[in-house]
Amino acid sequence: MIALLLRDIRLAMRAGGGFGLGLSFFLIVVVLVPFGVGPQSALLTVIAPGILWLGALLACLLSLDRILALDWEDGSLDLLATSPLPMEGIVSVKALAHWLTTGLPLVAAAPVLGLLLNLSEAGYKWLIISLFLGTPALSVIGTFGAALTVGLKRGGLLLSLLVLPLYVPTLIFGAEVARRGAEGFDVTTPLLMLAGITCGTIALLPFASAAVLRVNLR
Amino acid sequence: MNLNAFWEYANPKKFIQTTDRLLPWFAGLAAVTLVGGLIWGFFFTPEDYRQGSTVKIIYLHVPSALMAINAWLMMLVTSLIWIVRRHHVSALAARAAAPVGMVMTVIALVTGAIWGQPMWGTWWAWDPRLTSFLILFLFYLGYIALWEAIENDDTAADLTSILCLVGSVFALLSRYAVNFWNQGLHQGASLSLDKEENVADVFWYPLLVCMAGFVFLFIALVLMRTRTEIRARRMRALLARERMGA
Repeated sequence: MIALLLRDIRLAMRAGGGFGLGLSFFLIVVVLVPFGVGPQSALLTVIAPGILWLGALLACLLSLDRILALDWEDGSLDLLATSPLPMEGIVSVKALAHWLTTGLPLVAAAPVLGLLLNLSEAGYKWLIISLFLGTPALSVIGTFGAALTVGLKRGGLLLSLLVLPLYVPTLIFGAEVARRGAEGFDVTTPLLMLAGITCGTIALLPFASAAVLRVNLR
Repeated sequence: MNLNAFWEYANPKKFIQTTDRLLPWFAGLAAVTLVGGLIWGFFFTPEDYRQGSTVKIIYLHVPSALMAINAWLMMLVTSLIWIVRRHHVSALAARAAAPVGMVMTVIALVTGAIWGQPMWGTWWAWDPRLTSFLILFLFYLGYIALWEAIENDDTAADLTSILCLVGSVFALLSRYAVNFWNQGLHQGASLSLDKEENVADVFWYPLLVCMAGFVFLFIALVLMRTRTEIRARRMRALLARERMGA
């Protein structure tokens, strides 16, 4: 499993793996927002937590189809399926690799981009915490979506259509933590809900992803 | 009737035979109750003293919202039956129900907007109930799109069933998340089985008839669409066989 994880990370880091693509996308979205809504810093302060969460979510979405599609094309997914690793383990490792190469860099980049959006002083801590807790759920849910659409020729658009509604609860609670944190309110309830969603998806969704992948490899 | 006899209806032939007899009844009942209930509701109930005649949209809004959720529940049950027992009719029934449920969702949203404009002064508000229905609509869209995208019938049935199960959990989660996220404009549940009704009888009885009408309409439409799916699949099989023979 560790070998598979290292392989996935290595593949993602090297040329053509799309590493950094999500980060650049995140940067561009955040830079474009002030052009769209105007440069008033008071307004930007209000919407910054939501925009940062939305940008992270979209950047995550952008790289989802790479989780399984490349392995599907060159047949290594079939090899993995016949290996002694259980399918649930494979999809969990895939999700973890996606999070390490996409989610974690987003968490690290978010404070810098928060600076651009004039995020309030108290907001940084909770923005990082909420993204750190929430992005694993985005990766795990995204792996489920990628497994659903892996056999399709033009699955990219369908993937977004399937995954975005599933992202709703995570986005609501994640952005709520960031927003309340930025405005200095109590964040306990949304924070616990966000953590709950992440733990629940990590625990349960790999089974669904594995079942779906088995159907697609049939 | 014991439980085994129930599964006989999973045989497509038996299903077609039985629904041949049942379908006219459901369609007839739907027509009678809908026409009766709507005429009763629209023309023979008083106007509400605050809402005026706009209150009458309730006869479309409430039953369609009811069926929008029940259609998804039905898809959940039939998806489970497909996963566990692999009866093709079950998977086809789930497929047949999805567009009907989606249309019900749209009717509920549109009639709500038409009522909300004069009453709340806005077509749309990010109210928890409205938002959850919009999310439900997105779930229907994704479900139907997945069915359409996959060529192999059994693969499509498997994948959509699992999507339906996972989607149900996330739809519920979203429901509570949006409740938490925003306070609502929408009135609380007026109708429930275990509490005293707070809808006056004059509105309540025609509404009940309309809800029955929507249930019958839904059953009739789903039966019809399931039969169409079964026959279309049989036709494809026959055509394939003919090509092989030729």
